[in-house]
Amino acid sequence: MSFPSQNTKDVTRPKVTIDGNEAAAFVAHKLNEVIAIYPITPSSNMGEWADEWSALGRKNLWGTIPLVIEMQSEGGAAGAVHGALQTGALSTTFTASQGLLLMIPNMFKIAGELTSTVFHIAARCVATHALSIFGDHSDVMAARPTGWGMLASNSVQEVMDFALIAHAATLEARVPFLHFFDGFRTSHEVMKIEQLTDDDFKAMIDEKLIFAHRARALSPERPVMRGSAQNPDVFFQARETVNPYYKACPEIVQKTMDKFASIVGRQYKLFDYAGAPDAEKIVIIMGSGAETVEDTVDFLVGRGEKIGVIKVRLFRPFSVEHFIRAIPATVKTIAVLDRTKEPGASGEPLYQDVVTSITESFINGETPFRSLPRIIGGRYGLSSKEFTPAMVKGVFDEMKKDRPKNHFTLGILDDVSNTSIDYDPSFTIEADDVVRAIFFGLGADGTVGANKNSIKIIGEDTDNFAQGYFFYDSKKSGTTTTSYLRFGPRPIRAPYLIDRANFIACHQWFFLEKFDVLKSAVPGSVFLLNSIYGPNDVWEKLPRHIQQQLVDKKMKLFVIDGYKVAQQTGMGSRVNTIMQTCFFAISGVLPREEAIEAIKNSIKKTYGRKGEAVVQKNFEAVDQTLRNLFEVTVPESATSTMELPPPVADIAPDFVREVTAKIIAGDGDALPVSAFPIDGTFPTATAMWEKRNIALDIPVWESPICIQCNKCALVCPHAAIRVKVYDPKHLEHAPATFKSMDYKGAEYKGMKYTVQVAPEDCTGCELCVEVCPAKSKSEVKVKAINMRPQPPIRDAESENFDFFLKLPEADRTTVNAETVKGSQFFQPLFEFSGACSGCGETPYVKLVSQLFGDRTIVANATGCSSIYGGNLPTTPWTQNSDGRGPAWSNSLFEDNAEFGLGMRLTVDKHTEMARELVQRLSTEIGGELTKGILEADQSDEAGIYEQRERLLALKEKLEGLDTSEARQLLAIADNLVKRSIWIMGGDGWAYDIGFGGLDHVLASGRNVNILVLDTEVYSNTGGQMSKSTPRAAIAKFAAAGKPTGKKDLGLIAMTYGDVYVARVAMGANDAQTVRAFLEAEAYEGPSLIIAYSHCIAHGIDMAKGMSNQKIAVETGYWPLFRYNPKQEKEGKNPFKLDSKAPKLPLKDFTSLEVRFNMLDKSYPERAKELSRLAQEDVTTRWAVYENLAKSSNGEEKKTVA
Amino acid sequence: MDLSTRYLGLTLKNPIVPSAGPLSHSLDSMKRLEDAGAAAVVMYSLFEEQIEHEAAALEHYIERTSEVHAEAASYFPEPAEYNLGPDQYLELLGQARRSLEIPVIASLNGVSSGGWMSYARRMEEAGAHAIELNVYFIPTDPKLTSQEVEDHVVNLLHEVKNEVKVPVAMKLSPFFSSFAHVATRLDRAGANGLVLFNRFYQPDLDLDELEVKPGVVLSTSDAIRLPLRWIAILHGKVKASLAATSGIHTAEDVIKMIMAGADVTMMCSALLKHGPQRISEVLTDVERWMVEREYVSIEQMKGSMSQKSVADPSAFERANYMKALNRYR
Repeated sequence: MSFPSQNTKDVTRPKVTIDGNEAAAFVAHKLNEVIAIYPITPSSNMGEWADEWSALGRKNLWGTIPLVIEMQSEGGAAGAVHGALQTGALSTTFTASQGLLLMIPNMFKIAGELTSTVFHIAARCVATHALSIFGDHSDVMAARPTGWGMLASNSVQEVMDFALIAHAATLEARVPFLHFFDGFRTSHEVMKIEQLTDDDFKAMIDEKLIFAHRARALSPERPVMRGSAQNPDVFFQARETVNPYYKACPEIVQKTMDKFASIVGRQYKLFDYAGAPDAEKIVIIMGSGAETVEDTVDFLVGRGEKIGVIKVRLFRPFSVEHFIRAIPATVKTIAVLDRTKEPGASGEPLYQDVVTSITESFINGETPFRSLPRIIGGRYGLSSKEFTPAMVKGVFDEMKKDRPKNHFTLGILDDVSNTSIDYDPSFTIEADDVVRAIFFGLGADGTVGANKNSIKIIGEDTDNFAQGYFFYDSKKSGTTTTSYLRFGPRPIRAPYLIDRANFIACHQWFFLEKFDVLKSAVPGSVFLLNSIYGPNDVWEKLPRHIQQQLVDKKMKLFVIDGYKVAQQTGMGSRVNTIMQTCFFAISGVLPREEAIEAIKNSIKKTYGRKGEAVVQKNFEAVDQTLRNLFEVTVPESATSTMELPPPVADIAPDFVREVTAKIIAGDGDALPVSAFPIDGTFPTATAMWEKRNIALDIPVWESPICIQCNKCALVCPHAAIRVKVYDPKHLEHAPATFKSMDYKGAEYKGMKYTVQVAPEDCTGCELCVEVCPAKSKSEVKVKAINMRPQPPIRDAESENFDFFLKLPEADRTTVNAETVKGSQFFQPLFEFSGACSGCGETPYVKLVSQLFGDRTIVANATGCSSIYGGNLPTTPWTQNSDGRGPAWSNSLFEDNAEFGLGMRLTVDKHTEMARELVQRLSTEIGGELTKGILEADQSDEAGIYEQRERLLALKEKLEGLDTSEARQLLAIADNLVKRSIWIMGGDGWAYDIGFGGLDHVLASGRNVNILVLDTEVYSNTGGQMSKSTPRAAIAKFAAAGKPTGKKDLGLIAMTYGDVYVARVAMGANDAQTVRAFLEAEAYEGPSLIIAYSHCIAHGIDMAKGMSNQKIAVETGYWPLFRYNPKQEKEGKNPFKLDSKAPKLPLKDFTSLEVRFNMLDKSYPERAKELSRLAQEDVTTRWAVYENLAKSSNGEEKKTVA
Repeated sequence: MDLSTRYLGLTLKNPIVPSAGPLSHSLDSMKRLEDAGAAAVVMYSLFEEQIEHEAAALEHYIERTSEVHAEAASYFPEPAEYNLGPDQYLELLGQARRSLEIPVIASLNGVSSGGWMSYARRMEEAGAHAIELNVYFIPTDPKLTSQEVEDHVVNLLHEVKNEVKVPVAMKLSPFFSSFAHVATRLDRAGANGLVLFNRFYQPDLDLDELEVKPGVVLSTSDAIRLPLRWIAILHGKVKASLAATSGIHTAEDVIKMIMAGADVTMMCSALLKHGPQRISEVLTDVERWMVEREYVSIEQMKGSMSQKSVADPSAFERANYMKALNRYR
């Protein structure tokens, strides 16, 4: 192991087109031995890369494959890294946001023990009034007091460079480092960069320092103890021992940067100054925004302005000496920009450091300034808010004022505290020779993937520099994606979106009717449209605003029927390759023939492993494309009368029209501070206003075939198919096409029955059609519901749905909730969420809302359910006609059980207090009402209804009483109606990060209902393994198949004896599911429902999700049971096995899902062995359950059919 | 007692060969077949449809879920390579070739002409002693003439013969208007063997679910009649070897087929029902029968009751209702 320092400046390094996460992971994987990971957006990909590379056998610099382990939380990852470091390994981790916060306790320890390591951070917003997955520095700023060095990268190239510099420096400095870069903006920006070589790594890393690190390790050969407990007499002094290391650290980092420059050629400084040498105004900033400032400064200096920028690289330890040296002596005004907010502080962190450093140095006479410069500070870019050259110019303009605003905000309109500074959004610095292209696509059509390939082609096959950035809307079904591509002859320093595009492509026609796709088009630009209408017909089909802009901006218009080409070439709905070919053909970035060859090469690279047929059909698509691409002559004037429809209906509530509608329309950036609630509180019942129209086909009811089982309504993930039973008199004003039929059961004799689809809210998943058991007697393919094209029936069915909604809801006191059929006559209070089409989780969530929604409070763990349940613009949680409905909140990922328990404690306490007050006020309230309230039986809907009636009477009485006790009771009286606390989340929460809390809550004996939506992976962050993942399934972080079995959470919970536990799968036994939810809620203690939820992360046909569930149960993969401690009190066996003994081999289930059968393709031998063990798991588990099910007299309990 | 026979130019120690089916899915069970006395093994079929479907499905499920959400650019780790389609098959074929002493016949099941024919060459390279081409085809298009169907089958044979040097057997269905003509055409086109007959999955109706269920029904000895007739007719009229498959369950079935003119008899349902050991039981019974009746070799009895060797050749040509009518008279 000998790495002589050598000058390799002249070597050619490979140019790669990658994103920031891959750049960081590349270095981290090279320079570490133990990598402990945990997924969190936007840093998950770093862990995924590391895991994937180790699985593929990629070695680190010293020829060994780094050990990668997924932990149960970021706290766990930090702990594991701490242990690995203490025993002498080179160890790292990756994280962001809340994840970094969970590492802080360990980080204090690691720094306190002067331990060399680097954590790579994709800096992300920390949740406050709301969660945000996007980038800012609030997480790294929260880690300031830990004593870690902090090194900021501003671009993808810097991520690679600084990752190495940090690793080299920490070994010498013994100060651990956070290496951070902006989440999404840098972590996900794809750039052409130079990749460092093994020689570079060898030259930079001093092996003696590694040996020194190893020598400090704990070892029984030279035993020491580290981590004593100290008392007031010595702790303080001992804590001060580290000072010399912090003092030396900045110079070590600079020395490392200088060494890097001598080897690689790129010179960095702790504080890099750029701009006029005699600048009078400078901006100080760190992170990707520094690139924008520098580019703007260059531009304005070219116009003669005396300005500059200091890019802060090493934020901690903050070297006042180096900092002061970087500032030109001529500076008079300084603006410090912080990408974080610290409410209540005298200024944001970087601002405070700048003020302190400059005033301290000025007072000591250590600055070159004649007078103290004016220093102002401001916030920008929270949660990836755009930060543009126009805003930078705004800051410099502000500095020109006599009394520039301090503690300002930039990029928003703050009309509440008036902190924002103005800027001219039309200011631009983008050069004409840079191609700026925007592509609007759907997640499912492959646009983003194709664009990533395009950047690689441009970056690697031409001399151009290229940049790509991708934006996704917050829905999981029908996601709109926007791709931003820049390429040009010079390196691109533009970490902001494109607002002046010279090429715009719209990959889906219906976007034209949804938002203004040409808003960013510059005069003379090109518009490429995927259109079913040909060159001769397309013009008259275009909406007015599109025509007008094409005319006014003298644009060129190209059309292709990408759908047709895709159909003809077997690409289905994937228009990606076709539209990519058009882009190359029109843009001329490469000669046509070369472009086509490059596209084909990239297709081979991307799909080659997935089979020749896949490659061939893509080739065919490329070849067919050019024949179908036409230029359309743009007429002189616009002729269309079609206007963009309003985003929401006129009758929507004020907030929805004024705020929500703007967010839906993509104009959220324009909303001022005053538009928003102050504490993160938003109205529910808003999803109904966002008509998304994403389904091509929707279900249509054939009443003559229908048997009124209501299964369609039960399984609908989006509450877009509903049933009602009602008096025939309500049909009087029914729309012409509204369908109804006589109700078939005795309980509502003489009533009418309707199944109605919400045509604009349905996502077209087909689950309802799949579960429909009723078939036509004369043509069995026709069921009671069938998929039909949406556009021709949209208007009529919308009218029908509006009419349907106005029909009265069933009287809750008369509905038989114990049946599947009855449960569906309850109004869903969870509707039209942004969940995936065919989601397996939301039918359970919806069921809770139907059965108990009008008295439910939901604690929702972070994950898919908090995203489709809580992501703006709209909220699927809704209200009934009385204004009652679920109240919902999300605390964190790790604490959800505790969060829900807290809610329960309040309800319990307030119920108790209210009862005490009722008792105390019984004279005023009246004996009968008091007795009625205190002795109410609320075990069914009728009892709850009566108690609500009593409360009305009570409140009336209380309002007439002018006593403190009456007022106190009035404030909490609602708790006298039974409340239902639902703690919901995924398996990542319940099995892993939140398990400790979940366990504690289960042991608490309190009446909470815990619903685990078990997809057996971390679905929201991209399918990483959890402890719920079954053996033999592949997942992220288990690329070679999970070697160990699934944790049996239900069995663990049963060991408490007083916890209600059910394992359900709606697709296998819906009656058992409904029964379990009712029993769980009725049980006066902790209840746990583990609900099998099929998921797109399983790699399945989502339309078959419910039938997969059925097979999962039939193979014994997912046995159904209910454990009800109440039964035990009655002398019965509390455990009921609700599914039959496996009748099919496990393979019959696993062969249906990519997560299992992909292992056959990637590791066939291992797959065989793991499948065998997985079958054993099933057999063993079944034996255990069967034993449990045998009651004391040896009889098996009856199952629910 | 000489039980040996020749099939596709290979000398086999006896006339019992397990036909393509689930028992050749692993090396272990192929070894058990060999231990039980199988004279050769036809490996399970590599399905053209399946190869293409698998690749398309994998691409579909991985690609459709990629790049659709900010937090999840994908849902699956990307392996270095996918073991798609023929890879596993060829791997197992190679292992079987190396580990077994009996000949290994690879089976290719498909219908379209084109690229997949190269799989035949890869089977040969992996060590297959011969290739059985299973023409899986139900012509449902009313525009398709019987002539076109026959031409297509012959073309497929040509294409595979062009790819490989090892013998090629054609496994056929009986559903041709003039089966004798098709058989002789294939014989002239170079087929080294004819395997009679393919048993298609026959659809059934589920009256509870109102669904079509493509179930597999294991054969019984009754099923031997159809191949028996055609083997008896073709014996001596074609150069190609003749293999009897469908309904071979007992020693009697084997003996009947050999007497009709089969070079080998192929078993599947019987082995699935009773296990590989069935082969040795049947062999013992065959041998006992031959001893009792004083036959000395398989070759001796082969074709002894074929159409050309029986007193009343027309017995093989009569249709059932004629028999019934005759009896009535």
